[in-house]
Amino acid sequence: MNVHAIRAIYKFEMARTFRTIVQSIVSPVLSTSLYFVVFGSAIGSRMGEVGGVNYGSFIVPGLVMLSLLGESISNASFGIYLPKWSGTIYELLSSPVSFVEVVIGYVGAAASKSIMLGVLILVTARIFVPYEIVHPVWMVVFLVLTAVTFSMFGFIIGLWADSFQKLQAIPLMVVTPLTFLGGAFYSINMLPPLWQKVTLFNPVVYLISGMRWAFYGSSDVNVAISFGIILGVLVACVTAIWWIFKTGYKLKS
Amino acid sequence: MPEPQPPIVTITGLEKTYKSGFQALKRVDLTIRRGEIFALLGPNGAGKTTLISIVCGIVNASAGTVVADGHDIVKDFRAARSKIGLVPQELSTDAFETVWSTVTFSRGLFGKSPDPAHIEKVLRELSLWEKKDAKIMTLSGGMKRRVLIAKALSHDPTILFLDEPTAGVDVELRHDMWQMVRELRDNGVTIILTTHYIEEAQEMADRIGVIHKGELIVVEDKDVLMRRLGKRQLIVQLQQPIDKIPESLAGLALERSADGTTLTYSFDVQGEQTGIAQFLKQLEQLGIELKDLHSSESSLEDIFVNLVKEKS
Ligand SMILES: Nc1ncnc2c1ncn2[C@@H]1O[C@H](COP(=O)(O)OP(=O)(O)OP(=O)(O)O)[C@@H](O)[C@H]1O
Ligand SMILES: [Mg+2]
Repeated sequence: MNVHAIRAIYKFEMARTFRTIVQSIVSPVLSTSLYFVVFGSAIGSRMGEVGGVNYGSFIVPGLVMLSLLGESISNASFGIYLPKWSGTIYELLSSPVSFVEVVIGYVGAAASKSIMLGVLILVTARIFVPYEIVHPVWMVVFLVLTAVTFSMFGFIIGLWADSFQKLQAIPLMVVTPLTFLGGAFYSINMLPPLWQKVTLFNPVVYLISGMRWAFYGSSDVNVAISFGIILGVLVACVTAIWWIFKTGYKLKS
Repeated sequence: MPEPQPPIVTITGLEKTYKSGFQALKRVDLTIRRGEIFALLGPNGAGKTTLISIVCGIVNASAGTVVADGHDIVKDFRAARSKIGLVPQELSTDAFETVWSTVTFSRGLFGKSPDPAHIEKVLRELSLWEKKDAKIMTLSGGMKRRVLIAKALSHDPTILFLDEPTAGVDVELRHDMWQMVRELRDNGVTIILTTHYIEEAQEMADRIGVIHKGELIVVEDKDVLMRRLGKRQLIVQLQQPIDKIPESLAGLALERSADGTTLTYSFDVQGEQTGIAQFLKQLEQLGIELKDLHSSESSLEDIFVNLVKEKS
């Protein structure tokens, strides 16, 4: 294991984050805070409880997951897309590192960054709405697993994309709709019966539901299923990345 | 001429066909000797960068094997690549990084523990020390090129590939770079460079390979190559123009200039008899008076141009 290489990549990526601290930390925290102000304090105070929690608190787990997902994908996809775009990828390809080390470095950094962000958002949320965390350990597990899984997904997008348009297309066209329809702002029990079935094909539903269970001890879908789905997506991403590096797909000609 | 050293890079039957169907390398066999400076020459698109990229792991070979310092570059890529440093042809750099951090990054990437003293030494040697905290985007092209060299040297490679290291570098800096390359060689680094400046190969290289349309057409000691293919000429300027080459000189490789004031006599460098003495005696006998005479030697450039012309 080339530990020095992992450390070098990780440090490089984290330095990039702190160099652009406004875009990468401040702005997502700010925009999520706006949700709490609007949906939590302003509108939430006029809404009833959902599943025994007041609306402002109800949306906390979902909003944390939303930013976790979005940030993980964009961090990781940018992290690997930039060297491809600037040409500095030559060095990575010519260095004595295996795909495992590359992934640990890039995905590790992207996930660390979004976990930091998730925690910051949780802390900020406390200013606007009250919440408790019934299963803190599981909350951390869901936080970390989601960050890692979607950083991997982002990494794949970054490897696949050969233009900035493509880089943004998947997050914009696929991920954002799925997250908004993933039950961050509502319980799926509120949907008409048909849509309750349809929505179960959306993996984000399971993520948010799992997180909500960790917070409040109850959820739309069984937490074991949520957990299983995240693991499933993780395995799928690992397999895809392994295949990409094995074949050199889009990296080597 | 030192004794031929054992091979450090062995390339066997290397072929590359790009996805587009274009065959960039055709069964290349090449052995690089330990401690030499090897210059790879060839016109644009000949396949120089492709060859280097395969050895360095950036491009996958379609067929053939490469062994670098005893390690197969595919099966044993870690050991092989940690011996190799690459300065690419393109100036690809991280715009926002500082010189210091990008060079430190390279060392880590190649699995070496941090060694600020070594990085400092490399940066000083490349006259980059004053710029160590500058963002790369604020550097000039020549400085960026040196940053790439510093990155390649950060992990003490034993084999160094320089893909057109002096493209866009001014004359003074070019000489500095030649000096640096020689010092590296003296410290035991094997150097493979490509260049379009023939004088550079002539100045630096121990051996020369010429690649043309994906085929390695010549690999030869530089001196041998120049002796074997080099031509010499004796250029004679006459007091009085002559309107034709005299009958008695018809057997010689002579050329008369259009105005009739110069005669150019060509001869093979490696020929037993150059025939100069005979030629001059004949001129005297014919009563042709000389104003001036000088000899010229064909440069590697002429040799190169002829070789490539012959092939196509
Ligand atoms: N990724 C690629 N896909 C398809 N063809 C390629 C690719 N890279 C290079 N080629 C082709 O392979 C041939 C050799 O290219 P290469 O870059 O090795 O040449 P070179 O000898 O380094 O030339 P130069 O002196 O211009 O740098 C060229 O015809 C080039 O167009
Ligand atoms: Mg080239």
